[in-house]
Amino acid sequence: MRNNYSNQFLILLIIFIFFLFSLSNEIFAQADTLPPAPPTEVKAFDTPNDNGHSITVVWKLSLDDGSGKKNVMAYEILRSDSSTGEFIVRGMVVPGINSYLDRGAKEKEDKNYFPPHKNFYYKVRAKSLFNYSESGVVGPAQAYGQWFHTGKLPVFVGTLAFTIMVLTFINMARKGKEFYVRPLAGIEAVDEAIGRATEMGRPILYILGLGSAADIATIASFTILNRIAKKTAEHKTKILVPCNDPIVMSVAQETVRAGYLDAGRPDMYQEENIFYITSMQFAYVAAVNGIMLREQTATNFYLGKFYAESLILAETGSVAGSIQISGTDEIAQIPFFVAATDYTLIGEELYAASAYLGREPLLLGALKAQDLAKAIVMISLVLGALAASFHLDFFLKLFTVQM
Amino acid sequence: MRRQLPIFIVFIAGIFMIIQYFIPHQSFEFIYEYAMDWIIIIGIFAMLLGLWSLTRASVSKVQTKAPGWGFSVMTLFGLALMLFLGFYQGNKSIAEGTHFMDLFWYIYTPIQATMFSLLAFYIASAAYRAFKARTILATILLVTALIIMLRLIPLGPISGINQWLASWILTVPNMAAKRAIWIGVGLGATATCLKIIFGIERAYMGKD
Repeated sequence: MRNNYSNQFLILLIIFIFFLFSLSNEIFAQADTLPPAPPTEVKAFDTPNDNGHSITVVWKLSLDDGSGKKNVMAYEILRSDSSTGEFIVRGMVVPGINSYLDRGAKEKEDKNYFPPHKNFYYKVRAKSLFNYSESGVVGPAQAYGQWFHTGKLPVFVGTLAFTIMVLTFINMARKGKEFYVRPLAGIEAVDEAIGRATEMGRPILYILGLGSAADIATIASFTILNRIAKKTAEHKTKILVPCNDPIVMSVAQETVRAGYLDAGRPDMYQEENIFYITSMQFAYVAAVNGIMLREQTATNFYLGKFYAESLILAETGSVAGSIQISGTDEIAQIPFFVAATDYTLIGEELYAASAYLGREPLLLGALKAQDLAKAIVMISLVLGALAASFHLDFFLKLFTVQM
Repeated sequence: MRRQLPIFIVFIAGIFMIIQYFIPHQSFEFIYEYAMDWIIIIGIFAMLLGLWSLTRASVSKVQTKAPGWGFSVMTLFGLALMLFLGFYQGNKSIAEGTHFMDLFWYIYTPIQATMFSLLAFYIASAAYRAFKARTILATILLVTALIIMLRLIPLGPISGINQWLASWILTVPNMAAKRAIWIGVGLGATATCLKIIFGIERAYMGKD
């Protein structure tokens, strides 16, 4: 008996759902037999600040998009070589969007190649479920590459101003002006660390990180390595430089050799002490940890680009009882180095270290330019905060960068 | 000339890299991509240098029976085995199920994962040292770390307050410090680039 009632209820439910479905189809079909209002005010123009392989199409939304019949399901963007030729669909956007970037490949062999300096015509189609309406044809529009990215103007002005500042301060240093630079604990400790290694008769380990020779942090580390190699040559202390990249190894070999030459001890230079291990991150870490524990290095330098291996290296060095000096521009690794090493060069201090160690007036001049630039940035930040608070948009636009 | 030529090349390449950032035109894009291809090609040839260096260092350790020379034997064995399997099976060596890939997946990858896992223990030992409340600054660090760590744990009535506090720490003082470092890094990196481009810093070039 109970089963019978259940079956009857199920049949009734199916009939009801079928009825609702038919009704909704009927309603939709009625609404969609009428085309939506077409998009208007269509414009096609070369995309600004690009390489010359795209055209931007903008339009005013259909009156039935979000209002009126509310039956716009999508917009299709069509393109043709001529105003009367065949139009092909280039793309589709959802309702509410009123622009489309018609972008193609830059390689001629590519199927989707977008030729620059060629006339194209566009129209935009507003689509409902079963019908559509089209805008008028617009064009011709041509794509062409720009010779200056106007969106990057603030960066250009900033770079130019900073370059002028650096060159001005270097020029002042060249003329004999002396600059004061605040002492950095990590740099002050370099002599002590090398002296300790010399007294203990143990080697110094210098790690350039996992960066390539093209990374600025690695390049900065090369210059520090040069100064440290010079000091180790003066102290007749062995320096070991295990590398993670063959190009870095080649540059490091030249850098250390130059340091030994500067110290007047080219005979002491041993190329085999600057060697390649592997490019694999943790295999490299395992090898370096092994070197630390076997060689009982007295001092470890970690200067360059570091990732997850930073703490594994620094903790092993700490367990081995080495004096450790670290420095990186990788913000995520700085806390690990601060926790596990004796001295840490934070961010820009890594770049400044070579100037500190060399004490060359020209390099110190560049440091002063950095200080001035930082002061300007700080003032700009305060002014920017005030401008944002008082809705002074013109000031904020001066610093807005479009990529 | 041996000094001037590299400095000249660095100057031209450096200036080009700065300029191309501001010029989106396809001709500059083409030269940039061409230069990037060169880096890859040089990198591949430099790998031979690396191989030579690794082999020489390992052989030297084995010959002199230096401490830990057994590891060098294993390094040379592993290197030779992978090279043999790679060349023996040619292009097919990187297909699934080959001996080359089996060694990679079932020996190299677990060893690498083991090394990475050590990080957890190192974080604990580093945190123990860093969070010792010996000074006011270390105490602030300890309290801050506790607030941040506990934000993911339900703490009953104080959960909401803790989450708000943790969020404030991350988005206000922490973000301010990070941005300050970023600005410094940006200026430092630019200054370093300029010093290299203009030939003021040339320690990385070595000496004649």
